[in-house]
Amino acid sequence: MSNFINIALPKGRLGEKVYNLFEKLGYGCPALLENTRKLVFEDEQNGVRYFWVKPSDVAIYVETGVADVGVVGKDIILEQNPDVYELLDLGFGKCRMAVAGKKGEMLPLDRTVKVATKFPNIAKRHFASKSREIDIIKLNGSIELAPILGMADVIVDIVETGTTLKENNLEVYEDIVNISARFIANKTGFRFKTEEIELMKSKIEKEIAQ
Amino acid sequence: MSTNNTLSFEERISMKLAELFTSFGYKKFKMSKFEEYDLYIENKSFLKSENIIAFNDPTGKLLALKPDVTLSIAKNTADRETEPRRLFYSENVYRVSGNMHEFKEIPQIGLEFIGEVDDYSLCEVLTIAKKALAVISDRYVLDISHMGLLIGLLEATGLPYAEREEITALIGTKNAHEIRRICNENGVAPDLCEKIVTLAGLYGSMDKILPLAEKLVVNDTTANAVNELKTICHILRADGSHNLNIDFSVVSDISYYNGITFRGFVENVPGCILSGGRYDNLLKKLGKTSGAVGFAVYMDLLSYLNKESGNFDADVLLIYDSTTPAEVVLSTVADLRAEGLRVFASTGECKNIKYKKIIRIGEEG
Repeated sequence: MSNFINIALPKGRLGEKVYNLFEKLGYGCPALLENTRKLVFEDEQNGVRYFWVKPSDVAIYVETGVADVGVVGKDIILEQNPDVYELLDLGFGKCRMAVAGKKGEMLPLDRTVKVATKFPNIAKRHFASKSREIDIIKLNGSIELAPILGMADVIVDIVETGTTLKENNLEVYEDIVNISARFIANKTGFRFKTEEIELMKSKIEKEIAQ
Repeated sequence: MSTNNTLSFEERISMKLAELFTSFGYKKFKMSKFEEYDLYIENKSFLKSENIIAFNDPTGKLLALKPDVTLSIAKNTADRETEPRRLFYSENVYRVSGNMHEFKEIPQIGLEFIGEVDDYSLCEVLTIAKKALAVISDRYVLDISHMGLLIGLLEATGLPYAEREEITALIGTKNAHEIRRICNENGVAPDLCEKIVTLAGLYGSMDKILPLAEKLVVNDTTANAVNELKTICHILRADGSHNLNIDFSVVSDISYYNGITFRGFVENVPGCILSGGRYDNLLKKLGKTSGAVGFAVYMDLLSYLNKESGNFDADVLLIYDSTTPAEVVLSTVADLRAEGLRVFASTGECKNIKYKKIIRIGEEG
């Protein structure tokens, strides 16, 4: 068990992209591509074990040490602040965290701002740094609806291309931070599988530098 | 019946740790559960979490449930005693921890050396830390660092305090890419920036890391740090350098810790189970001139190692019926106990306890 590197990957497009990269670097696990409902995949030859998990859970799997390493968006790291090593910026899955609201309007200055978001901690920190008082409305999806229906003044959310905002007659008021995929490691796992993890890190580093 | 059956895994470990500490001449220090609230507010950044349970005592004075033990010991130790104080404690602290951000009672065992800290006393504490980890698990690592290297490199950058703090936190997560970003944004010389990045990434045995650390020297602070680290490692090597690593991502608050810092990890426990270092600066803040070094073991994390839940609650389930006189049951229990068996007497079968076998007495038995 302990010789395997346990890798947590986010389900979805980002996870698949990461897997393709890892496969290219010698961490393949053909069983992963078979269309099954399994969640754990092992490849003895390459010494890897993959878990598909919900993107927002990757950091938790790594922090608790069930996974030694994982790939997760910086948004999740900033929101959850997990106690892990952030070893690399993979440079893909790029987007930004931004404050957005109805087109042509502005952040209200004379009252408490109502903010709808999936990322309450990031929103709180951002507005606290500007000395603004806010009310957080925590939503789990379709954040754009909130300002349209008048439930919130603004949203704090991930913006990739801006198409969804445009289609809903919203626009970015200000950027908070740039987001991309990060390669993270468990602090204990790193100590007991140092060679394996450092080798993996340097392989990825070389590959993304190209 | 051996003590192994009656003591829990945590109790056995804490007993062995107490034995280990006393064998080096450390004395147990029992303290009150509360402390004046002001002590923690004045030293907020020394604490792992800022949340404190505070309440009023009958006279209206604001007290707090201890979130930390070291502060109390440091405060209550008289200054400049001619002889060193060697103390250990086993206390509960109250902190917000975990994902749910709730207050928790965390059992903590630790040790403090207060007085003139020389090479021997530093190595003594490190050796005890290493032995403490060995008590907990065969698979352990003690990572040693020296805050002087980081402090010296940050001095050389001339960055303001906020950025220094940010970089310190990033070193703790080995986050090279964002250290580079901050250095770029603030115009830190590229070669100095690369030295800080290298510092974050260095991890491994003393033999591998010490020569690399020497290349990071830029000023007196860093030079002194590397020299002290070399001396300490040289002394510790005599006891075997196995399980000892150097890791400069082991950082503690720079305003309290000034020299050697260390963290202990054991396999299958996420996060560090032992943490310590030299904290002369804390004593200075409390108006004292002695030096101090110590560490704490987070006993709550032992639950990751304790896999004993499959044990039996009793060896024998003794079932008696209404026809059996109580004195017969009592003497049967006595006989079984005399054989060294654990007995659970009941009038019927029990679903909620685990036992090895059933003995029935009485007419039905």
